[in-house]
This record gives sequence, C-alpha cells and structure tokens, in this order.
Amino acid sequence: MSVLTETTVALSSDPTTDPNASQLLEVSMGPQHPSTHGVFRMDVALDGEQVVKLKPVFGYLHRNHEKIAESQNYLGCMPYTDRLDYICSITNNWAYALAVETLAGIKVPERAEYLRVITGELTRLQNHASLIGFLMQDMGTSGTPLMYAFREREKILDLFEALTGARMMCNYMRFGGCRVDAPAGWLQQTQKVIDAFPKFLDEFESLLRTNEILMARTQGVGRVSRELAINAGLTGPMARASGVNYDLRKVDSYGIYDRFSFRVPLGEFGDVYDRYMIRLLEMRESVEILKQAMRDIPSGPIMDPGTKIRGFRPKAGEAYGRIEAPKGELGFYLISDGTGNPYRFRVRPPSLINLTVLEDMCLGRNVADIVIILGSVDIVLGEVDR
Amino acid sequence: MLGQGILKGLIETARNFFGSYVNKDRLTTVQFPEERLPQIEATRDFPLLVYDGTDWQQGLRCVACLICEKACPPQCIFIEKSTDKKPDATGKPQFYPARFDIDISVCMSCQICVEVCPFDAIKMDVEFELSTTDRFGGLLLDKQQLAKSNEYYNRIHPTEAGAVDAALADERAKAEAKLRQAAEAKAAAAAATPPPPPAEKTVIQ
Repeated sequence: MSVLTETTVALSSDPTTDPNASQLLEVSMGPQHPSTHGVFRMDVALDGEQVVKLKPVFGYLHRNHEKIAESQNYLGCMPYTDRLDYICSITNNWAYALAVETLAGIKVPERAEYLRVITGELTRLQNHASLIGFLMQDMGTSGTPLMYAFREREKILDLFEALTGARMMCNYMRFGGCRVDAPAGWLQQTQKVIDAFPKFLDEFESLLRTNEILMARTQGVGRVSRELAINAGLTGPMARASGVNYDLRKVDSYGIYDRFSFRVPLGEFGDVYDRYMIRLLEMRESVEILKQAMRDIPSGPIMDPGTKIRGFRPKAGEAYGRIEAPKGELGFYLISDGTGNPYRFRVRPPSLINLTVLEDMCLGRNVADIVIILGSVDIVLGEVDR
Repeated sequence: MLGQGILKGLIETARNFFGSYVNKDRLTTVQFPEERLPQIEATRDFPLLVYDGTDWQQGLRCVACLICEKACPPQCIFIEKSTDKKPDATGKPQFYPARFDIDISVCMSCQICVEVCPFDAIKMDVEFELSTTDRFGGLLLDKQQLAKSNEYYNRIHPTEAGAVDAALADERAKAEAKLRQAAEAKAAAAAATPPPPPAEKTVIQ
C-alpha cells in the first residue's frame, strides 16, 4: 500500500487553489538501494525535497529463523544465530548461550568467561569500526574512511579465524563455555592488535572528527530526544547518543563485566554526529576492557564438564538471556518443554527496535539525510528480518 | 579557521598514501590469485572423511553410525549404512557407509558434524576453490570425493591432527592390551588345568 493513500498530509499550500503549490511525490527507496545496508525499503513521500512521510518496509530477508530454531536441537540453533547479525556473530552466540545457561542453570568456567569478554569486545571493535566506515561512505567519502576501517577490521577477523576457524560465521560459544581454547600464540597476537588499535582511532578522529563538511551534514540531523529514546525502547549506542545511561554491561553485568572498570559514553543531542562520536568513544572503552581482560585471563578449563552438548535436554521452563551487543540489547527468549528442541525461540533484535524511530528522525529532513540517518542507526537486515 | 578540519583529514590521507611507499605495514593488499596468504591453521570450510592407510575404501574411519547426519543443522549429509561388515584399518569388522554424500551447496560449515563424531572420522577441509558449472551434481560430493588421507589432514591441521592421532593410538594400544590380556587370561585358564606356573602373574602384567 502506498504511503500517500494511507494518510492525508498537510501541504504548505493547497494544490487545488494554488497553481504553484507542490504535489507530493512518492519515492520507493530500496530494497536494492545500496545505502540501505541490505534489502530494506523505505516508502517516502516528498514535498519537494522534504520528507513528509516515511514508511519502512522490511521482510525481504526473512529466513524463518525462529521457526527453524524450534525444529533444531539446542546445539543446532547455535550456527543459525551466527547468521542473525552477520557482522558480529560472536555476540549473537553469547546471547543465545546465556539464554540456554539461564534455562538450565549452567555455570561457565572462569577462562571461558574471559575468552567470551575478549572475543565479544573484539566484535564490538570491528562492528563499530565498520559502521563508522559505512556511515562515512553513505555521506559520500568515496571509500577512504571505509577502507581504513576495513583494514583494522581485517586484523580482528584474522584473529577470529585463528581462534574459531571462520572469519564471520564463528559458531564459537557453547552453553557451558567455549568451543575451543585459544591456540598457542593467539593471546600474544591479540595483545598486539589491541595495542595498535588506539592508533587507528587517533587516525580516524583526526581524519574526520572536526571535518566541517561532516559536521554540517550530521549535526542536528536525525535527532532523537531522550524521552523518545526511552519510550521507543531504543538500546545500545542509539539510546546512549540521546543521553540515556543504559548499558547492559553495567546494568546487568552479565558474565564477568562487573570486574572491569570502564566508562559509558553518553551523547547530548541525539543527532547523527553524536551517534558517530559515541561509537568512536565506545571503541576506546572496549580497548580498556580488553586490556584488563588480557591482563587477568586465567588458565583452566573452557567447558563446564557437567554439560552434555549433544542430546542436551533442559528441564521445562523459560528463560531470557540478554547481552549488550554492539547494536544494542540482544535477547533470546526460550521456552523449553523438556524435549531436545526449544518449544519457543524468540529473538529480540536491537536493529529492528532501533529502526522504529526512523520516521521520527527523518520527518522534515531532505532525501540525502535519510541515507545518513539510516546509516547511523546501524542496522543489519539479517537481524531485522530474521 | 574554516577548512582546518578538512586539511587535517587530508594530511592523514597523505600520510597513508606516501607512507605506503616507505612502510611495508601500510601495504595491506595481497594480489590474490598470484600471491596468497598462508593458511591459518584453524580454518575450516567443508567436511572431509579421513581414511587411514593408502586405500580410501578400506581405510575410512567412518562406521556409518549416522550421528552426524542427525546432528547436521541444515541436513546436508546423506548416509546409507552397509548391511555387511568389513574389516577397518585395524582389522576389526565394522559397518561402513555404503553411500556418504554431502551437499556442500547446503552445508554451512558449522563443523557440528566434527564435534559430534565419536570416531574422528569427519573433519573440516580448507579447500575453497570449488566453483563448478554443474549446479546440482557438481556440489554434491560423494564418498570418494570426500575421502582424504590422514596425511593430508595432518598437513592442513597439524596440531589438531596430532592430538587426534595420539588419542587414537592410545585407544588402539589400550584395546590391543585388553585383547592381549584377555587372550593371555584365556590361555592361562586353558593351562590352569595343570597347576599354574609360578611366573604367571608377571607375564600378565
């Protein structure tokens, strides 16, 4: 259904009486539009250059994830969670593992917790790095910042490959621990990458942070007020850019996050520039967490010996496991009926819920701003449509 | 001053551009088909079947227990169990897969089959240049295409394969010792009708 027939929009002047009055133009942005970060469509009604109505249309990448998971055993669901938010598969694994662990009351060994924090924070680094690269690409920087960001991301993906065997579809965590221990030399290699990362952040900041064109394009664009952020249930960097102090690593301190000292950067205006800066600052905090985790990581087992991975049958019940994924609160809600596969498997994807304020951010802005506003939300359609 | 930020960024770009002529670290691109990065040891893509010895038909470790077929999340493994038993590499009669197909166009490289296999028979390959013009048959690998020697497995995943080989050798030694012990006990029992020799206990140990 078209946007125009759905609502009557008040125009600046009445087209029936004023011959020079503008008519609304309906534009369908996507699903093949390159800046929509996947197959995502926006039905936009334009008055001249201004957006008067925007309707997000998604579902083009729907893969029946939740239903497939309900027909799988608990172990078989794990590789499917990789494919939700395919940029950061390890945090998806973690959220699902956490949900199953809550369901069955499994304790995770110390070393596995540290490995989870290290891989999780590395995931955050590479997600934020690629996001700021993509965002600059959306603004028309013709690749330079994106290539710099991908250069760093590549180093982290190499670490993932050395640890888990795959660059993106890591399938690393298991309920009760992690699949494999760090191979020889991996921790030293990781330490090197972590130590070199602040240099990249400095470089990226001097590249663009004070760039006048960037500031003109982003400051005051796509504002989300604090109230709206709370009411719409935004989480992650989107909410923190609007000044909502809500970070699950602090609020929930799942895993062992209460052992690390780090700060939660907060934005003031909730515009695109704030969201960009929040990511840069969060990466610095992630580096701090990584340094502490690398310092403290103990040796020991990485799997809970009492957990049977194959033929795993938790007792009947329900559980919700949530973590602070790079994009926001990622939650898995599981209901078990005592059999080998989950009775209900529900994902709470941060991207989808952060997208709900898209129209509020875009109203009254120009078409060109839609692209960067969408870019600053940080969506991955694998997660939105599932 | 207006434009200061832009200049600052351009200096950074210039540093990267000219730096790439003097600093090798800044040259991150690899000219792929001619130049290749070394394979990372843990890398995995599609499954293979390990066989011991030189004959792939005789040496397959797989005993067609169907665990991987059941555990495979996208269900890309198809196994037909044999009706008769054949001696495996150690000479023990075992079932074998009469048919073992993996559709690698469906496989999602999760390596759950590797994790659940109790016989260390299925492992992950690193071969990635598998494109074919045959859309259906070309990506449906059968037993012969999947079978790779233990030497090959040792070459691509040395640490992992070394651990597997050690564990298998350990197991075989234990089984052999058990067999020997049983045989000796039998012989001792047979010999027990006359009074047992005094050195019997040390022989068993």
